[in-house]
Amino acid sequence: MMTTITKALPGERISITTNTITEPFWQAAKDKRLTVPQCSDCGTFRMPPRPYCPDCQSRAINWVQLPGTATIYSFAVCDRSPYPDVPDFTYLPIVVDLDGAPGTRLVSNLIDADPQTVEIGAKVTVAWHSINDSWLLPVFRLQDQ
Amino acid sequence: MTWEYSNKTAIVGIGATDYYPRGQSLPRTMYELVGEAILNACDDAGLNVKQIDGFAYYSSATAGYTEVMDSADIMEMLGIPEIGFTATLTSGGGGSAGSIGLASAAIISGDANYVVTVMALQQAKGRLGTVYGDKPSDPISSFVQPSGLVGPGHLMSVIARRHMHLYGTRREAFAEIVMNQRANAVNRPTAVRRNPLTKEEYFAAPMLADPLCRLDFCLETDGAVAVITAASERAKDLKQKPVYVRAATHGGRLDWGRAFAGMKMSDDYFTTAGNKSIAERLYKKAGLGPEDIDVALIYDHFSPMVLMQLEDYGFCKRGEGGPFVESGALRYGTGSLPVNTHGGQLSEAYIIGMTHIREAVEQLRGTAVNQVENAEVALVTGGPASLPVSGLILQSE
Repeated sequence: MMTTITKALPGERISITTNTITEPFWQAAKDKRLTVPQCSDCGTFRMPPRPYCPDCQSRAINWVQLPGTATIYSFAVCDRSPYPDVPDFTYLPIVVDLDGAPGTRLVSNLIDADPQTVEIGAKVTVAWHSINDSWLLPVFRLQDQ
Repeated sequence: MTWEYSNKTAIVGIGATDYYPRGQSLPRTMYELVGEAILNACDDAGLNVKQIDGFAYYSSATAGYTEVMDSADIMEMLGIPEIGFTATLTSGGGGSAGSIGLASAAIISGDANYVVTVMALQQAKGRLGTVYGDKPSDPISSFVQPSGLVGPGHLMSVIARRHMHLYGTRREAFAEIVMNQRANAVNRPTAVRRNPLTKEEYFAAPMLADPLCRLDFCLETDGAVAVITAASERAKDLKQKPVYVRAATHGGRLDWGRAFAGMKMSDDYFTTAGNKSIAERLYKKAGLGPEDIDVALIYDHFSPMVLMQLEDYGFCKRGEGGPFVESGALRYGTGSLPVNTHGGQLSEAYIIGMTHIREAVEQLRGTAVNQVENAEVALVTGGPASLPVSGLILQSE
């Protein structure tokens, strides 16, 4: 039996939108930097980016660059194409805890992996996937690959 | 101390259209379904529709998320002369059970006498199974949508997997939830899926978002259901045996928040249904506990969320939902806690929680198809999703 390897979703089918609060995340992503907003006053991280710190309500933001590593918190394995005109392929949505920013998670995809070998708690490293409008989307690969 | 308005309001009428497989209610319009459900509820109650004077919606007054119900349109369609209350719980299906609390608030405040709660659903234009994949992204959903978690079931599969990881919960438990409800639908004329289901058939179903298979996903159906709530003293003069509102709660904690729409839940909330705090408040208001519930109508958009609600509502401990379900506890006739005796959204029809209220009323009137013997207290829950989530305890005397 052939081993299945997970793919990213077709980049030309993925569009994001931004606002003034979220845009710095995506601009940094264009430089292949994974960043999250941190409250300049109390140090609380917040994702997705919002105008107020949920802890102290400050509007001051410091964008922190993260190492780009993370831990799989949970995941799903999907064998069906989300698009009627694209043949079925295997993709693996993940929720990860981001290293360097305690309490923040990202919902993303694990690419180039055999789903049989994926476990909660596995360490992953960010990779960058081209999507519409010249944006780059953070996706992940298993470490030690 | 129990809620001072316990049993001061009652459900006096229920009405529904036929339930249709997705898209098959066409060419009937959404408002046509709404009107039929309301008129049937009035007929059931022994009321003239002109006596209706309030509307208490949930799901932001949307009809299946894609259309909006408007009270003025309904008044004009049915000739309702005046209303004193029209309001909705926010967000989505999480408020279904809580909408009866909103209706009760309208009555207790003295602003309305006969309050309608209604939901209609038509999925010809947009199906809810892949609703997030079909929607254009916004700046916040742009942090989840690109992952290909295209529908609520895909999102909840991630929660289910972590529950399995932490507690050893097995797919056999999800299978038992689905098979139980199918067994309850077999003899039910209103059910869309009535063929008996075996464990082999469950495990042969295609995986849509592993660990969930197609049978873990609820039906995609069309139809409408309406409920009328009134003051208990008026209820006594109407046609049906009143079904009293013992307590209702909605809301929830930031730890659950937008739930699977953001996946930010705190560690101790991630593998729950987000209902724990409102369940505790519900029992406190009612002066009752899980041991007092005779029949439970648990919102079943996806089978694992039934299991996690059973934990939230204290029918078993956190993490023990799997063994509790696999023991056969939910079975009508033999189990300790009959659950979704109408077949639920997995087998009868999905009208965003309204069929659960309907079944609770029928159980407490003593007219249910799968009647639980001497049922006096029923629990109804709203769908685990973005807040609010909600709960409702109804009783017969």
